[in-house]
Amino acid sequence: MVAIIDYGVGNLFSLGSSFAAIGEEAVVTEDPSIIAQADRIILPGVGAFADAMHKLHTTGLDDVLKAEVQKGKPVMGICLGMQMLFEKSYEYGVHKGLALIKGNIKPIRDVIAPGLKIPHIGWNALHFTGNDCPLFRYIGEGEYVYFVHSFYAADCDEAVTATASYSVPLTAAVQSGNVFGCQFHPEKSGEAGLKILKAFCEI
Amino acid sequence: MITKRIIPCLDVKNGRVVKGVNFKNLGDVASPVALAQYYSECGADELVFYDITASVEGRRLFTDILRETASKVFIPLTVGGGINAVEDFERVLKCGADKVSVNSGAIRTPALIGEAAKRYGDQCVVLSVDIKRVDGVFRVFSKGGRENTGMEAIEWVKRCVGDGAGEVVVNSIDTDGVKQGFDLEMLEKVCEAVSVPVIASGGAGCAEDFMTLFQTLPQVDAGLAASIFHFGEVEIKELKKEMLTRGIPVRI
Repeated sequence: MVAIIDYGVGNLFSLGSSFAAIGEEAVVTEDPSIIAQADRIILPGVGAFADAMHKLHTTGLDDVLKAEVQKGKPVMGICLGMQMLFEKSYEYGVHKGLALIKGNIKPIRDVIAPGLKIPHIGWNALHFTGNDCPLFRYIGEGEYVYFVHSFYAADCDEAVTATASYSVPLTAAVQSGNVFGCQFHPEKSGEAGLKILKAFCEI
Repeated sequence: MITKRIIPCLDVKNGRVVKGVNFKNLGDVASPVALAQYYSECGADELVFYDITASVEGRRLFTDILRETASKVFIPLTVGGGINAVEDFERVLKCGADKVSVNSGAIRTPALIGEAAKRYGDQCVVLSVDIKRVDGVFRVFSKGGRENTGMEAIEWVKRCVGDGAGEVVVNSIDTDGVKQGFDLEMLEKVCEAVSVPVIASGGAGCAEDFMTLFQTLPQVDAGLAASIFHFGEVEIKELKKEMLTRGIPVRI
């Protein structure tokens, strides 16, 4: 069973449905006991970093999540959920993240070519870095996935498993041990996205 | 590189697709769910559901089909029609919509875009604007293009983007239904004014119109159309293949 952590942000309907579509039981929950029973955990997220971290902290789910990571359970952060796995974010100030992966969240604006639109929104191709990742077992180099973000994960070269090119390579996916992250939305990336979720369920 | 998006738009009334659909290989051609699945398989990059129902019962049917579609189709879904308050955002977002498009609602309640963007993020708020030339000036029209608001369109778009609209759908009333191509002049003006993604709508009559759009205005991010897709005049799969041949970045 997959626990999708519900801490009051975002549309979790599609995420829940995408697991159903690949025949996996998924529960959208804020209950620590269900999260503890789950075989794996998804940390979703849309919106602002500070707000989302605040909500996760006030519900106490940040500690619950860290405890499960300690036990070795596979955890995947999606979009803002991925960004929250890092040490710090520079989104409107400086904010502490969960620090499960080394690195920082910085504005795309500082690195991309002038004139490119922000957010980085739409379908972009995945390029594997050579850091082999089990999430990509069923998809190939160049597969398109759907992105919507204005900040990106920096200072995390060792953890980056895939990038997407937006005049520069932007972090698209990361892994550090049993902690995984996708900057894109697998639940909105058609067949390719479902294959990534399937691979996650087999880890 | 980010690809150009091809977006079919489905008008939905009382839970059924209107504006005519003509697919031989589709069992129930008026089912929004079946049509959405079909388009997703054909390579559509995103779908727009436009609710043209006015009744409470029709609204309920709409959210039912939205939920069913979102449980079967895993590409971004944008919902428009009848979005007049933040509660309307909530109503469709919890049924699986990813973005919500506002048109007349923002004209009536100019604070709506700002409020929604603050609560759900800019990426969630799409400004849809119907524009028509009146004495050589681009004017914003409301109520499905029937009423001239008197507002200058480029200023209106800038203001809404400043308030937090994360994308802009430009519907040219002048080219809509004429099938002679997108309104390149109007689109260029909007692209110059804002730095968020711009989606072209109104005027596509054939695949070549999409080539002209993206080759003339590479700053346009997506092309939206309804009837030419529904009647099979343009097949999305073929269209995208041709775009790729012409060097236009596209997801195949």
